[in-house]
Amino acid sequence: MARAATTTDAFNAVAEPRRRQILDVLAGSERPVNDIVALLGLGQPQVSKHLRVLREVGLVEVREEGRQRMYRLNGQPLKPIHDWVKNYERSWEQRFEALDELLEELKEEG
Amino acid sequence: MVAVTSSGTAVVTLPTDTQILITREFAAPKHLVYKAYTTPELIKRWWNAKRGEVTVCDVDLRVGGKWRYVMVTADGTEVGFHGQYKEIVPDERLVSTEVFEGIPVPDGEEEQGTLNTLTLAEVGGRTTLTVLVEAGTQEVRDAIIESGMEAGMQDAMDLLEELAVSLA
Repeated sequence: MARAATTTDAFNAVAEPRRRQILDVLAGSERPVNDIVALLGLGQPQVSKHLRVLREVGLVEVREEGRQRMYRLNGQPLKPIHDWVKNYERSWEQRFEALDELLEELKEEG
Repeated sequence: MVAVTSSGTAVVTLPTDTQILITREFAAPKHLVYKAYTTPELIKRWWNAKRGEVTVCDVDLRVGGKWRYVMVTADGTEVGFHGQYKEIVPDERLVSTEVFEGIPVPDGEEEQGTLNTLTLAEVGGRTTLTVLVEAGTQEVRDAIIESGMEAGMQDAMDLLEELAVSLA
């Protein structure tokens, strides 16, 4: 199976640790690129590259403010991941509840 | 006397881009959890999650030994999984491969699955179970995502919890 490009969807975009760090920073507040560069100790070209990927999947939005470009987080594209995790958790929980009942029986048997 | 059955709730996290970690506490000692996990007639009673009947449950519990479970759901769908035991420490740790049989394997290619590590840790008669599911490569992870079963094994769970608030 061909590997999906990083820009295909949010799953791949957040697979890169640096991009998750950028999202963490933006989760706190809207920031110009220089802030992100300073906070993460990365080079500006690298940060700009990651921001471009995040913008392509809609995780980050940008607006002009005077001479600065301000970046902010948009969490909506992450919702499918969140939903998947919750769903996976539920199906394991159903299984474990059946296991709870069985373990009670085993404890009584000693 | 009412038995204390209250246990944890399963928690799923995504430690890296190729892993899933499942954690759950049980109100029972670890040797019983291990027994329920490795004894065919017991596996049949919980692995189906009450959503179907386990029709095949083969367990050859030795390093290199194979396992295979098949469940038939209420609508008649057969769901099969199989794998091989890689490491066995009774009552504590079980490492095995797992292949979902619903994904066709192209001719001449090896089937791809996950490496699952079960660990059991007991404190005061209660057991914390963890299952670490490792997809190995991003290709396998992507295949699993495509199958619609396990989309997105990236970390980001903390981030997601934070974000969930803003998604409402």
